[in-house]
Amino acid sequence: MNAFIDFIMGPMVWVAFLIFILGLIFKMVLIIKDINARESYVYSYLTWKHSLRSIFAWMTPFLPQSTKQSPVFYSISYIFHLLLFIVPIFLMSHIVLINEAFQVSWVALDDGLADILTVIVILALVFFAIRRHMVPEVKYLTSYKDYLLLIIVALPFITGFLAYHQFFFYKAMVIAHVISGEIMLILIPFSRFSHMIVAPLTRAYMGSEFGNVRHAKDW
Amino acid sequence: MANEIETKDEPTIVKEKNTDKAVEAGLARLTPQRIKSTINQVLQKETGPRFKAYVETCMHCGLCAEACLYFLSNDRDPAYSPAGKVKQTIWEMLEKKGEVSTDFLRRAVHIAQTECNVCKRCSMYCPFGIDVAYLMLMVRRICHKLEITPLYIQDTVNSHSATMNQMWVKEDEWIDTLQWQEEDAREEFENLRIPLDKMGADVMYSVIAPEPKFQAGLLYQAATIMHAAGVNWTMPSSPGWDNSNMAMFTGDNEISGRIARAFYETAARLKVKRIVMGECGHAFRSTYDVGNRWIGWAMPPFEVVHALEFYHELLTSGRITIAEKFKKTVTLHDPCNVSRGRGLHDMAREVTNMMCESFIEMTPNREHNFCCGAGGGVINCGPPYKGERMINNKVKAEQLKATGAEVLIAPCHNCHSGLEDIVHHYDLNMEVKFLGDLIYETMEKKIYKPGD
Repeated sequence: MNAFIDFIMGPMVWVAFLIFILGLIFKMVLIIKDINARESYVYSYLTWKHSLRSIFAWMTPFLPQSTKQSPVFYSISYIFHLLLFIVPIFLMSHIVLINEAFQVSWVALDDGLADILTVIVILALVFFAIRRHMVPEVKYLTSYKDYLLLIIVALPFITGFLAYHQFFFYKAMVIAHVISGEIMLILIPFSRFSHMIVAPLTRAYMGSEFGNVRHAKDW
Repeated sequence: MANEIETKDEPTIVKEKNTDKAVEAGLARLTPQRIKSTINQVLQKETGPRFKAYVETCMHCGLCAEACLYFLSNDRDPAYSPAGKVKQTIWEMLEKKGEVSTDFLRRAVHIAQTECNVCKRCSMYCPFGIDVAYLMLMVRRICHKLEITPLYIQDTVNSHSATMNQMWVKEDEWIDTLQWQEEDAREEFENLRIPLDKMGADVMYSVIAPEPKFQAGLLYQAATIMHAAGVNWTMPSSPGWDNSNMAMFTGDNEISGRIARAFYETAARLKVKRIVMGECGHAFRSTYDVGNRWIGWAMPPFEVVHALEFYHELLTSGRITIAEKFKKTVTLHDPCNVSRGRGLHDMAREVTNMMCESFIEMTPNREHNFCCGAGGGVINCGPPYKGERMINNKVKAEQLKATGAEVLIAPCHNCHSGLEDIVHHYDLNMEVKFLGDLIYETMEKKIYKPGD
């Protein structure tokens, strides 16, 4: 058992991060190679100016018309995506582990605040699940895979929350937390989580087509 | 949209999914093997990383639904949402690896050809900028290769293929119509000419085939505007004069490319400085954005100027002056292909305000305007689908009614025809006009004399 724990807390963390980062790099390379081989014309239209214009417009809360029409969803979505990065990166216990391994550290969130933010992430995921089930145009597009994605993101946060509070099975909770976090990282390049890198590309292309050819806004 | 709207024809028109002879005959010819190999050929060989990204990145969030007039007009039925249409077509084709039934294809061709105007409004509501219109055009491409394209629009493509114009207009009929309009216009404007094949003119003016076929008055108007403004212009006498391109909307890319090539080559033969086109949206899309790409030009080889932009130029430079402004209240419909497709919406407002006393904005507007519901080849699928088309754009009728305007300006042929149908069906009591109609009505009818 101890050997297993050592493995998932040690080498497996490395493996997960390597798959996550190299997987995304590999995916990016494949996309670019595929563009060069089959759709090189996109370079005739892509411009940095219009790509960035579109990406920044869509990252600005309540600038796009769509965000004005669905303010509740977008508010929750903006906060969720921000916290998805902020909470794990600035969590004290994560920074301590990294400090032990690499002797580097950075500013940490207050544990109480991190706890609240974790609950917010979980509630946001609950909102997404309820929305999937309740809103007809979303339900129509939904399959079990969409719930699975929500669960995969939720698990590290739920287990982390439970482990922090040491409600029950502390040790098992920590193990579950580490494993679910690793699963999430590993799946990012191979699932629709890869919208992390693909969405800026599709946005850039649409932004360039609109800005460069159509002389119109795309938000 | 809360304001309820009464319709003239209800409840006699019941919403049902129509089909037609060409679709049914095509479906009857299909074999499972042909369906499978065609779908897989198109999806694997004719797409690329964009297609892959669109299909694999969609998070099924449903935010595109809010953008689509079909969804909004059909009581928010999810089957009409942009992603919902992709689910019923592309997703299933991919999941079943092309092994789909003819019933599936009957529904797919119906969705792609008559329940989507490829207006790209949804790309402005998708946070990722997924191009659903492109995916629907892929479905049309598959349907074209399976030969199940709806009858009426296929007939226009056949006409394009045989005559290089959309309406089976013969060469002598074309020239004859221009000369007839020239003769009539000379009663009003002494010495007016419609110069044919004038080499090196500043402007080649081009129109869509329905103009000579049954809207010859528009040629008359255009000629008077050119004359009054003293433009050095010409029209081609040979095939290539028609800038419309229905093949672009059936997925018949090969014929679409032939049409665009004939068009540019005509302009090249006449050595004109630039091309000005009539008030047509899809023709502008073909010659400014799509047709050029198929034949290898990133941007069109000629400067292509939509009528709206040309009128703006004539009015702001003072080549056309307004004698008396138009009195009735007007509202303006932004056609997708010139606003979302070319950003001409602010010019359209300037032109309108220069000619009209009282302009009422419709909401939403500019890039966010609702589509007419006729464009993208939908109206061209013809009478079998007209009843559905009316129901499918209830939201447009509500938007128009809210303006309370007496006159609706639609600077696009498809929009113009589609909106006339909407105005009639929903009893909106509006007059639909082109910008050219208003310029003709309000301008100073100058007799141009060389040297002036």
